[in-house]
Amino acid sequence: MANMTAVTMRSTLGRVRGLGAARSGLLEWWGQRITAAALVPLAIWFVVSLLVHLNEGASSVAHWVARPWNGVLLLALLIALFRHLGLGLKVVIEDYIHAEATKLATLLVMKAVLTLFWIAATVSVLKLAFAG
Amino acid sequence: MASFSLPANSRIGEGRTHKVAPGTKRIKTFRIYRWNPDDGANPRFDSYEVDLDSCGPMVLDALIKIKNEVDPTLTFRRSCREGICGSCAMNIDGTNTLACLKPIADLEGPARITPLPHMPVVKDLVPNLNQAYAQYRSIEPWLKTETLPPPDGEQRQSIAERAALDGMWECILCFCCTTACPSYWWNGDRYLGPAVLLAAYRWLADSRDEATGERLDSLEDPFRLYRCHTIMNCTETCPKGLNPARAIGRIKQMIAERAG
Repeated sequence: MANMTAVTMRSTLGRVRGLGAARSGLLEWWGQRITAAALVPLAIWFVVSLLVHLNEGASSVAHWVARPWNGVLLLALLIALFRHLGLGLKVVIEDYIHAEATKLATLLVMKAVLTLFWIAATVSVLKLAFAG
Repeated sequence: MASFSLPANSRIGEGRTHKVAPGTKRIKTFRIYRWNPDDGANPRFDSYEVDLDSCGPMVLDALIKIKNEVDPTLTFRRSCREGICGSCAMNIDGTNTLACLKPIADLEGPARITPLPHMPVVKDLVPNLNQAYAQYRSIEPWLKTETLPPPDGEQRQSIAERAALDGMWECILCFCCTTACPSYWWNGDRYLGPAVLLAAYRWLADSRDEATGERLDSLEDPFRLYRCHTIMNCTETCPKGLNPARAIGRIKQMIAERAG
């Protein structure tokens, strides 16, 4: 309760009403659940495929990625995974970091890092899919 | 950042021990959180031995006995002593509950009693609940209609419509659930907390109310509503056996429903 310790003469009701309702939150809440549901079959498929192709060497794995449906599902997995990760980390950061500036900076860094990783992973899949 | 340890002036020390007369047969020890805003000292645990043969069955009975017979400075809220006023909400052996509904026989070893967690303490077991009360006020917990009731009667409900309010109207606003919620601990200044959201759903579910959309508008917020992460401490701890987590889930469902 950050505000309780701050010296203020504003009424409690005024503080509680604050800036009002943001009229948002549904899409992020729903997105987190949708991606979670999508990740269940996608993750199982990915892990099983990895286990099957584990001992077959790099060229065989590249060949596996190059098959159209494998590439499509891998890209779907990456979208669901990074969206879910981003939403989850955003909630954690908002929960625990209360200083506006630190919170904003942390959120931006987190999103930048995740976006770069997501692009890198996507490019890798596409490279294998088209040039493999 | 959220703080995970108590500040230095809130660390709890060991206080006095009040023993019963030698030869007492059934003794129960209560370790009770004491803090006085006027003496500048850190909070402490005072231990009180209570003779169970001359004490009522509930924790509140023991507290009243201690205040009457041992230490009149012990401060706590109580009124109805039958679980309907919500005054004696406190943390007993790590669980928020009503002292008047908690049998002493359920407690093993020395019982540890502290105020409701993470609220400013006024004195001893009395928390400052102003913020929670203001949050309750902010959801406008009253019937809002434009249609006037018939001149000769009331705004009526079918039996099924009335039954939709069961599980919500029973809430006595003791705030055991709200103060058990980690999300409320970290973001109580913006998150409404389970008790207030249960109350909000009570009016959303009321067939007579004509402000449902308006009510949903004022709840649709990443902090006010969506800070609930379904931790379920609220439902686990409610001394009235209610399910605030389900009510919050239904509010989220209503907002999803109207969006698509």
